[in-house]
Amino acid sequence: MTALVPLIVCLPLLGAAVALMLGQRRRLQVLVSVLSLAAATVMSAVLLALVDRFGTVVVQVGGWEAPWGIVLVVDRLSAIMLLISALMLLGVLLFAVGQGIVDGDTETPVSIFHPTYLVLAAGLFNAFVAGDLFTMYVGFEMLLSASYVLLTLGGTGARIRVGITYIVVSLVSSLLFLSAIALIYGATGTVTLALIAERMPDLPADIQLILGLLLLIAFGVKAAVFPMSFWLPDSYPTAPAPVTAVFAGLLTKVGVYAILRTQTLFFPDNQFSMPLMIVAGLTLLVGILGALAQADIKRLLSFTLVSHIGYMLFGIAIGTPLAIAATIFYVVHHITVQTTLFLAAGLIDRVGGTTSLSRLGGLLKSSPLVAILFFLGALNLGGIPPFSGFLGKIALFQAGTIVGDPIIYVLIGVGALTSLLTLYALARAWNMAFWRPKKQVKDYTSSMSASLVEDPQDEGIVLKKTVSPLMVGTTTSMLVLALGLTVFAGPIFDLATRAAANISSPSTYIDAVFPNGTGSIADSNVGTNFEGGAK
Amino acid sequence: MSASLTLVIVMAVMYAAGVYVMLERSLTRVLIGFLLVGNATNLLIFIMSGRPGSSPIVTGSSVADMVDPIPQVLMLTAIVINFGITALLLALIYRSWWLAQLGDEGDTLTDEHATESADEADATFRSSSDDDDAVAESIDDFERGDGATSDEDTVSSKADAAGSAGASARAASKKPEGDAR
Repeated sequence: MTALVPLIVCLPLLGAAVALMLGQRRRLQVLVSVLSLAAATVMSAVLLALVDRFGTVVVQVGGWEAPWGIVLVVDRLSAIMLLISALMLLGVLLFAVGQGIVDGDTETPVSIFHPTYLVLAAGLFNAFVAGDLFTMYVGFEMLLSASYVLLTLGGTGARIRVGITYIVVSLVSSLLFLSAIALIYGATGTVTLALIAERMPDLPADIQLILGLLLLIAFGVKAAVFPMSFWLPDSYPTAPAPVTAVFAGLLTKVGVYAILRTQTLFFPDNQFSMPLMIVAGLTLLVGILGALAQADIKRLLSFTLVSHIGYMLFGIAIGTPLAIAATIFYVVHHITVQTTLFLAAGLIDRVGGTTSLSRLGGLLKSSPLVAILFFLGALNLGGIPPFSGFLGKIALFQAGTIVGDPIIYVLIGVGALTSLLTLYALARAWNMAFWRPKKQVKDYTSSMSASLVEDPQDEGIVLKKTVSPLMVGTTTSMLVLALGLTVFAGPIFDLATRAAANISSPSTYIDAVFPNGTGSIADSNVGTNFEGGAK
Repeated sequence: MSASLTLVIVMAVMYAAGVYVMLERSLTRVLIGFLLVGNATNLLIFIMSGRPGSSPIVTGSSVADMVDPIPQVLMLTAIVINFGITALLLALIYRSWWLAQLGDEGDTLTDEHATESADEADATFRSSSDDDDAVAESIDDFERGDGATSDEDTVSSKADAAGSAGASARAASKKPEGDAR
């Protein structure tokens, strides 16, 4: 059963190679990529069941033992992330296939799309199963390189322009991450997560501070945390709709996962609680205030995406097992809902010809199904009871009140305000795009639309394409999945609680990787001229 | 840990210069900045391996003299990744230069025959097809005449004859075209 862990990374990579060779035969290529992602989904579901039942799975790649070789670790948190991202990747792939069928493959060069998409999937899975920092870095690079290609798909002027901004920002964060790895290696003599976790508390406090902050900044750029978030709303909406959806759903959450993993493992005393709280509050506020001013639905959603990263940081900052469980639940909820909403925005673009609120109108009449999809997604994201967005926020706030610091109460207030403002922004979008009759669109004046700022790349209404049943079907099933998170919130939250119990104490993780203890490693540290550091 | 001061200084200078160049507007300079910072990071990893020593291959020499191999492995991987990203960045820079110089029109291929009318194109096509027919005909004649002989001189003289036949056929086929016009 341990073979599943490397296989879930290798299979999409193999699929990417086959899909690349099948560049001329589109249908076969689609079949290969759908099959490999479906297999990855099944494997991650099996992994989650196994890990939940029998505990953490550890694989020593190539038989090399942990501190010297590469180690892959799947605990409950990794398995949850694997399953939800595999589901999202599969759903968005089907949406893209549906869109490709409608377009007749003229708009996007699909022969490039499928292999790149599978490499993105492999990179994501690799980052989630990585048991050492460097493998995590390699996973990040895989998914980022794939994302560079996906974002600049087709090479139009607008995409190249935002693509270069995105690439340069990502490169800087990658180099920061690599520097952090180098410094951590210098300080602890290892890159294996479990061994770092054991040696980190012995380091002087100031060195811990530097290493922790360097990791936080590197991951913070990827997760689009407040001072490093300004690249996101500009770059994501320009990409094709399915690409934006998968970026919004998954790429920022990899950053959140990395923060969650490194914070709980390396810094169990939660030294970074206060800076994380402040940053979380600012991310919440700045993000949602940005969303209020957007006239373009995709940009609006990108800003809410930035904003809601704040909730997850808030959970990590509280740091109690309950808060971590709430964070995991919120991550799962947010991945699902945000991806669904972006897909719905893609549908709006199809049926309305634009995603600009000042031009859309009367969509409720012309396409009621899209209206329902967007409406339920918006309520879910805005945190209306009884949806999972409400449950996740309540769990976070409850975990906060148990700790009960003054700053936590401030953040709960900010969180509630953000929730209401999200609801306002999305309800306004729904009102204007769906509820408002088409003939009112011209010369429309309202206090609601006074503050709206148009997308700088707005092209006006371009009615060109129709919607395929596969696209609507995929979006609907994603929404059903999101509603399933509400219906089965109890069992899922229990699972998240068990996952949080796993990672709340680093010793569980360390014991899984080193069942015989780590005592012998320090003595037989073969070949290192390493003298300072952990001593 | 002991490290070479020279390496540390080189690394610091490369970081500083790289960040400075990266802040420029020109994309090529951003790329150069990325290369400098990337290599500075590689140097940082290298510095973290501590004192220099003998190569880490177990040949009987004492373990304590060996250099730490792990940073070298990490560096190699990082270099390969940086190489790939650099290639992608170069392609993007070229593409953005292309778009800036030519705009979206740069994407449409110029058609060499756009100025020709349909009749002219048709005439060119027909005359060249007549040529082909004439050549094929004279080759058939040649093969029917004396296919058995394989003497080189005969072949070349026959080929000359075939060439002149083709030329005359071409002249003949051109004529009615001119009349028709």
